[in-house]
Amino acid sequence: MELFLCALVLILAGGSLGLVLRGRTGRLAGPLGILAGSGLGLVAVLRLLARQEYPRLDLAWGLPVGSFSLGFDPLTLLFLLPCFGLGLACPLYGLGALAHEPERKVRSHWFFFSLLVAGLALVAVARDGFCFLLAWEVMSLSPFFLVSFADEKLEVREAAWTYLVASHLGVLALVAMFAWLAGAAGSTHFDALAWAAPQLAHTWPLFLLALAGFGAKAGLAPLHVWLPEAHPAAPSHVSAFMSGALITAGMYGVARILVLLGPGPAWWGGLLLGLGLLSALLGLAQGLAQGQMKRLLAYSSVENAGIVFLGLGAAHLAARGGLAPAALLAAAGALLHVLNHALFKGLLFLGAGAVLHGAGTVEISSLGGLLKRMPRTGALFLAGTAALAALPPFNGFFSELLIYLGLGQAGMGLRSAGSLAAWGGMAGLALAGGLALAALAKAFGLAFLGEPRTPAATRAHDPGRAELAAMLLLALGCAGMGLAAPWLVTVLAPAAAQVAHLPGMAALDAARDAQSLLRTVLVAALPLPVLGLFLWALRRRLLAGRPVGSSPTWDCGYARPAATMQYGPASFADPLASALGPASGIQHDLARPQGLFPRRAWHRVAAPDLVLDAVFRPAFGAALWAAEHLKWLQHGRIPLYVLSILAALVAVLAWVLA
Amino acid sequence: MHAFVEPLMVLLVLVNLGLLSVRRMAWCIRLAGVQGALLGLAILALAPGAEPEPHVWYLAAAVLAIKALAFPMFLRRTMRTLHLRAWVEPYIGYGLSLLAGLAALLFSLWLGSRLAIPGLHLPPLLFPAAFTAFFGGLTMLVSRKKALTQVVGFLAMENGIFLFGAPTLAWGSTWMELAVLLDVLVAVFVMGIVVHRIDRTFDSIDVGLFCSLRD
Repeated sequence: MELFLCALVLILAGGSLGLVLRGRTGRLAGPLGILAGSGLGLVAVLRLLARQEYPRLDLAWGLPVGSFSLGFDPLTLLFLLPCFGLGLACPLYGLGALAHEPERKVRSHWFFFSLLVAGLALVAVARDGFCFLLAWEVMSLSPFFLVSFADEKLEVREAAWTYLVASHLGVLALVAMFAWLAGAAGSTHFDALAWAAPQLAHTWPLFLLALAGFGAKAGLAPLHVWLPEAHPAAPSHVSAFMSGALITAGMYGVARILVLLGPGPAWWGGLLLGLGLLSALLGLAQGLAQGQMKRLLAYSSVENAGIVFLGLGAAHLAARGGLAPAALLAAAGALLHVLNHALFKGLLFLGAGAVLHGAGTVEISSLGGLLKRMPRTGALFLAGTAALAALPPFNGFFSELLIYLGLGQAGMGLRSAGSLAAWGGMAGLALAGGLALAALAKAFGLAFLGEPRTPAATRAHDPGRAELAAMLLLALGCAGMGLAAPWLVTVLAPAAAQVAHLPGMAALDAARDAQSLLRTVLVAALPLPVLGLFLWALRRRLLAGRPVGSSPTWDCGYARPAATMQYGPASFADPLASALGPASGIQHDLARPQGLFPRRAWHRVAAPDLVLDAVFRPAFGAALWAAEHLKWLQHGRIPLYVLSILAALVAVLAWVLA
Repeated sequence: MHAFVEPLMVLLVLVNLGLLSVRRMAWCIRLAGVQGALLGLAILALAPGAEPEPHVWYLAAAVLAIKALAFPMFLRRTMRTLHLRAWVEPYIGYGLSLLAGLAALLFSLWLGSRLAIPGLHLPPLLFPAAFTAFFGGLTMLVSRKKALTQVVGFLAMENGIFLFGAPTLAWGSTWMELAVLLDVLVAVFVMGIVVHRIDRTFDSIDVGLFCSLRD
């Protein structure tokens, strides 16, 4: 506990010192404080995980409500890992990326970054509803300032507002949920809440409120609208932290509420599974059509949040059906996926940042051939895509495998509707896996392979040492987590048992079974990278000592081939988009060449966000309309304002006391 | 000292009604001062025990100095420097204002009979007097045009709240009451400055002109 508190103090001190100090020290104080604090925090968390110690701290803080209660349990420790892990990589990247930005902006940037990291860590350890909400507010507000770093651009300001509105609508639901629960419990402490929740007549409104509030943060469809706006607008290391660590706060919230509310009815699991599936498929269908790399990655975050919720839902369903092993597999898979997603999505966003820095744009239609120009970034980005597309032996494969296994066991063991849901989830997950591969083949293939489409892409170059080190750290994490996956299952088992309300012994048995299974799979998957290495070595050997030249590809006799004739983002997405049909929300705009000497022809594919356009824009338009029409209330006559206060006061007193 | 409580309360209510019915600004300010002085005396009269303790004396002296002397002087000076017209300029007539004051008194009497606060034994007339001051002040805020009369209305409201707290005065709470008094002092000074600003911006301190500030 002391080590953890020291880490928090270090992080906050770094950010605050950066505000006060000038010059080089002022620039460095923030990121160095966050790096040191995150490192220390990571050590603290790993020590507690290894020793299976769960210390607590309760302090009165002089406020009329709540208390400063912190505590650890398996779930908390697990969710602290992405926070501190990305807290090590992202500031390292930002250190290099922001080196040439104006000092004033950089200093306040690091201040808010430190608030974000500390707030996120506090959210995970808070053991009091009021304390939790305060930490949640700090964590939710600071990204607004981080996203609006390049605030001279209109779209960045709009994205920051979208984020702020979305996150505050979420907070509204959370405040209502905690107030309701605390009203029943008579205290805001989590222990009291957990004690009071099973005695309530209805807990489902609380669950739905929590799902709305936490789901909005996690990027669960249909509340994901802020992700595709905010992630592209933010500096890349901020996108990486938000996508890898911030959205896990939403997942943590749902997991925590499942623990607090006690074992709920089975339909909760069905709902989680269904919403997860919706997020996964919607996120990919929309992501596939995006021409902007960071937007594509943001939609992929929606997809991965969907996979996590799908796993949690399956675990809940299986646990209520009495299938402890299946529940453990699904829950462990979901939790492992949280960690994995933090690593590979962090890596990919940093990679996208490197592309933005090197080539000046992340519009895929302007890139191409980057692998030759930025080989290190390309290799690291490839590792990230392989992990995200769940290719063995990278980490993404193992978490999805665990969820598949859990779904399969649940499908076989459950009856009627539950079984149907599990098999449906499995089929949907498989479809999502295929689509993810296509989306990432697009992101990597079109940007890094082929020939550069613009002069800017021709001049692209690798970023500096700090940026590469940050990406390497995360790529090593991806590979390491993949190799360690069989052993991680047992580490995750206590947290998984906590979420699914499983008895400890059953969880341990199931975890041991899963471990031996995963070990077999790992051994079977290892030849794949070995084969890759062999082919690479063979090519080198065959080419050694021979002249290697480059010439245009065979061009069907066409006299003037150009780089723009390569497959573009639209042509790549088109076959899949037409297969998916209009439900994917992908729009085509095709003008065919006409006549013998065609002048103009184009093919554009766009995917404006379905939910944003169908639900949120009209809703906010209506709110604006109502506000405009209520302006007569703001007449500006002060005596009338006071009169209304007086009338309200008298009316309330008369009503209450009569 | 307790014998004086009821006459003081009656006087306070009368001063309140007077505040609502006077026509000249000078009298309005003077009556606000009188209300402050009565409040200071009420604190002494309401003090527990046969003889007021020293801390009650300090508080009463502070109230007298600030509310009975400093505020009227300050408000009169503001009036003089701004060359205000001598009349109060209400939105509603004086008779109607007085009626509103009487309604406030009746409502306060009714409230006093309904609102029983457990563990607190108030002298019988204190509750109506305090609440009449409060509602009367609010009525002044609503019904007068000049920003300066709004300050007087605010003071009357504050006096009502202060009076309500007076019987619960214990050793520790004196400091809090003094702190509140200091806050009110600062508030009135700020209001004075704001009134000057308003005058400079609008060439008048008619609050009706504020509606041009809406967007």
